[in-house]
Amino acid sequence: MNFFIKKLLIVIPTLYIAWTVVFVTLNIIPGDPVNLMLGGRPASDEVRENVRKNLGLDKPVFERYTSFLINATKGDLGKSYLTRQPVTTMIKENMMPTIELSIGGLIFGVFFGVFFGIFAGTKPNSMRDTFSMIIALCGISLPSFWIGMMLIYIFGTTLGWVPIVGEGFVSLILPSITVGLFFAGGMARLTRSSLVDVLNQDYIRTARSKGISKYRIVLRHSLRNAMIPPVTLLGIQFGLLITGAVITEEVFARPGLGQLLLQAILAKDIPLVQALVVYMTAVYIFLNLIVDFTYGIIDPRIRLERNRG
Amino acid sequence: MKNFSIILKRFLLNKGSAFGGIFLLIIIIGAIFAPLIAPYNWNEVDTGPRLAPPSWDFLFGTDIHGRDVFSRIVYGARYSLSVGVISVLFGIVAGSIFGITIAYIGGRVDIIGSRVIDVMFGFPSFLLSLLVVAIIGVGLWNVVFAVGLASIPHFARIIRSAALQVKEQPYIEACVNMGFGKIRIMFNHILPNIFPIIIVIATMDLGGAIISIASLSFLGLGAQPPEPEWGAMLSSGREYMRYAPWTMIYPGLFLFLTVMSVNLLGDRLSIALDARQSVDKGKV
Repeated sequence: MNFFIKKLLIVIPTLYIAWTVVFVTLNIIPGDPVNLMLGGRPASDEVRENVRKNLGLDKPVFERYTSFLINATKGDLGKSYLTRQPVTTMIKENMMPTIELSIGGLIFGVFFGVFFGIFAGTKPNSMRDTFSMIIALCGISLPSFWIGMMLIYIFGTTLGWVPIVGEGFVSLILPSITVGLFFAGGMARLTRSSLVDVLNQDYIRTARSKGISKYRIVLRHSLRNAMIPPVTLLGIQFGLLITGAVITEEVFARPGLGQLLLQAILAKDIPLVQALVVYMTAVYIFLNLIVDFTYGIIDPRIRLERNRG
Repeated sequence: MKNFSIILKRFLLNKGSAFGGIFLLIIIIGAIFAPLIAPYNWNEVDTGPRLAPPSWDFLFGTDIHGRDVFSRIVYGARYSLSVGVISVLFGIVAGSIFGITIAYIGGRVDIIGSRVIDVMFGFPSFLLSLLVVAIIGVGLWNVVFAVGLASIPHFARIIRSAALQVKEQPYIEACVNMGFGKIRIMFNHILPNIFPIIIVIATMDLGGAIISIASLSFLGLGAQPPEPEWGAMLSSGREYMRYAPWTMIYPGLFLFLTVMSVNLLGDRLSIALDARQSVDKGKV
């Protein structure tokens, strides 16, 4: 069977189970959602019963579960308890800023990660190796909410180089660094160690003895082979984009899915939490799928093996 | 014993792990002897002027309630470090039990167990923590539990594969032939043999756990004021960042240095483990 179809077939049950887990866990939360909707206002039993009916809470849990699943496949994930808007609309409205932030963070992280990784890995145990690896260690050790605040304080408040609030590309710079720093650190470390391994291989020695220039060896002969572990790491770390969104949006007071999720959790707005978790999980699984596919592009051997199997 | 001394020597001779070890030692001593080190009560309002800049009297300045930031950081070390350790301990104990059990019993149990791990992996771990907090509510210990729980699949997967390797060893077969019970084989014979791996992955995970817990506290989901947890301190210092940056700079700096020290130790431990494996194989 085709590798891609096989992969897709694994994704569907995983998503289904993930949705079930989300539904079950969120429906065992203590506390009556009706109270939440009424915001603590006193209400007659009749009103309560009406609200309950409106939310569909009068039906047994199993029926709610099946209708949740059926509606979910139609793209309907319910209405928010607090705003009464369809949650999918709320997600759509808040999606773009988060996508921008994630792409910004990814570009920053991958670029600096690979750059420092190559910078260090091409000359192991040198000064520049130590220097790069100290920076990478800082990258993975810096709490993002703190570095976000420090960036605002240094470049926004004190130096006044970038506006703290506002829209457009410039206001995306500091948040992207905040999201991307951890990526960059992890990528740099892995790219370095992987490159060091590859540069010690026999075929690199052959290339060297053929008199191929140093840059060509690194860029054409080594990097492609060295990139498999960092790309794997990228897949594992896509979850960090969600961490990044929640924390960075909070620090920089940006709108987005992270803010939406945080508010939904604090307000116990179950349908919204449910929808966001399902949505983010689906995106996460999907991005990992893309990573799986890129292996074949990077390494023809993997492609061949897959086609055979 | 000879192997051990090689590892110890490598460990101590490295500048990075030496720095990490010394800094962590300072933090631990500070946390234990906090009442002796902190010049003021961490929760006493109006110890000094409000939002006073760092000075000899108030080393890291004071916060909006006139509390000494340095004293709060010293007491905060008790929270930030211990909650990280507790959450990792919870995750690693649960992950070990789960991983070793499914690996040893094997067959259908292993297949189902592995699928459970895979599905949990389907969730990004921070999202899993947030979901758990949404269910059990806000609070420092809830966050510790949530972060620990979210780390279980990662631990369980590594420990399972390590246990699978040990399970095939002749000495485990010998245990089976001598009629030892399953529990005894799993925890008296398999566990000690994968213990070094457990220590390494736990240490490597500790920095991340400390950051996650502090992040959740920063978001208002974990430690609540006036608790001097570093993440929560940053969250309240944030409002006065413009006028009193020290209320957010210093707690974050300590958080950063602590996590970096833990990561340095983790790095060296994993290199040492590799070294031990090469010593075992007679490569060194």
